[in-house]
Amino acid sequence: MTAPGAAGPRTGRIVVVGASLAGLRAAEALRDEGFTGELTMIGDEPHAPYDRPPLSKAVLSGRLDCDHIELPRVRDIDARWLLGTPATGLDVPGHRVALADGRSMAYDRLLIATGTRARTWPARAGGGLDGVHVLRTREDAERLRGALLNGPSRVLVIGAGFTGGEVASSCAESGLAVTVTQRGAAPLAGALGGTVGRAAADWYHAAGVDLRLNTTVRALEGDPSGRLRRAVLSDGTVLDTEVAVVATGALANTEWLSGSGLAADHRGVVTDDRCRAMTTDGNPAEDIFATGDIARRPHPLHPGRLLRLNHWDGAVAQARTAAHHIVHGPGAQHLRQPLPAFWSQQFGHYLKSIGVPALADQVAITQGSLHQRRFVAAYGLEGRLIGAVAVDSPRVLDGYAALIEARAPFPPALGATDGPAHPDIIDAAFPGRDTGGTRDHPGHTPSAIAPAPNR
Amino acid sequence: MITKPGPQPPSHPLRLVVDLNRCQSYGQCVYAAPTVFRFHAEESLEYDYAPEGGVRREVERAAAACPVQAITLGGATEPAPGAHGDHR
Repeated sequence: MTAPGAAGPRTGRIVVVGASLAGLRAAEALRDEGFTGELTMIGDEPHAPYDRPPLSKAVLSGRLDCDHIELPRVRDIDARWLLGTPATGLDVPGHRVALADGRSMAYDRLLIATGTRARTWPARAGGGLDGVHVLRTREDAERLRGALLNGPSRVLVIGAGFTGGEVASSCAESGLAVTVTQRGAAPLAGALGGTVGRAAADWYHAAGVDLRLNTTVRALEGDPSGRLRRAVLSDGTVLDTEVAVVATGALANTEWLSGSGLAADHRGVVTDDRCRAMTTDGNPAEDIFATGDIARRPHPLHPGRLLRLNHWDGAVAQARTAAHHIVHGPGAQHLRQPLPAFWSQQFGHYLKSIGVPALADQVAITQGSLHQRRFVAAYGLEGRLIGAVAVDSPRVLDGYAALIEARAPFPPALGATDGPAHPDIIDAAFPGRDTGGTRDHPGHTPSAIAPAPNR
Repeated sequence: MITKPGPQPPSHPLRLVVDLNRCQSYGQCVYAAPTVFRFHAEESLEYDYAPEGGVRREVERAAAACPVQAITLGGATEPAPGAHGDHR
């Protein structure tokens, strides 16, 4: 490995692989930080960077065209763009990225921002049928929108996470019959726990969505021409449907890194707190950085854990941090890491989250109640406040953020006029965990993965 | 050459994005530029990232009026990159 900044920290060649939100904002931040060298942007999609959150909402509902979700470029970056050109390999000692078109790009420093993709349905269970969709790209959204306009008798959404909920909400709004299957006991349970998830179940029901909890899809079946016709559910039900949307989570786009020696797998690329990619031997690669949805990174509030945050906010803040360390090298001062945050709009509700609810063992409703339209849930881990979720209460989270940063005790003492004097502490009810006991095996570094909200 | 960030010349296409983590649904943008921003349901802001029809002044007013400064406007003067081979 050559010394970092062999070409000088502000000069040389930087290659950014990934031309979506994280890659774009990192490139802009590199120029802000004073990088004057050659900048190359490599993207697998053939489009200028666009925003993904509207795909499952305004775009799917037909209120916004895909030509109207291009992200603003906040400054000139004087970059060479290679769009529609996936990276296929990384040669770490040779400092080269291989591209699908056979070329290879030399770099002095590399930023990995290839993000995640939707997990697809297995072909042996009907994944190849016409009518089976995922939702991640503009093309996915346009295809699904077209299928919905054909007026299917029923739409099946597999998975009640953020994407699943938003898709189901958009379909129900368009007057379509919708069934949603969810492996666990409540929607959003992986990100927010079953206790808050049960409130979300009421949203589904109020919208007339047929929500099947503790239910999986055994197989999707088609007609002789290969069109989806029905789904066989784990409870034995056979559901007639022509459109299925697979919303069962995201996989990191790390295949191109296999064999590179970086600590990368389907969960993402492990980085240190300077966004440097870690190698499998546990050392940081001096010239390789990762940011955005793909990065699994330590956070000072959760020592010993790696957080992969599939969030819009994380992409922007982390891009800035990555650029700072790329340009200023090992001596750079550390930037303050903002708290993770995300949001979702579904079934007429605006949900915002701060901190890392997914790591909590307990939850308390601190404002409103689960049966009201508006409420705030505070999340605790081992007696400390670590997260908060606000439903239709978009102005309250700043206060919670300050308490989380201050490592305030859980439940927080708020004295909110719309909250109980002594909130009940409830098991957060995250799936697959023992209540009250230790959750993790010694030596195992768990990953808090909030399942693909507004990416 | 690297251009410093600054106000985008009016000849460039208008682009914007709202940080919906930061947005607190005050709705000032909806008053300032009602053809660009709107509430879908009570609190959920929706907007056009690439509005047409000469609404730049309204959108700039909306960005300035946002109490939490959640609206970012484009500042680049370079053309948008495309997929037709190499672009600089």
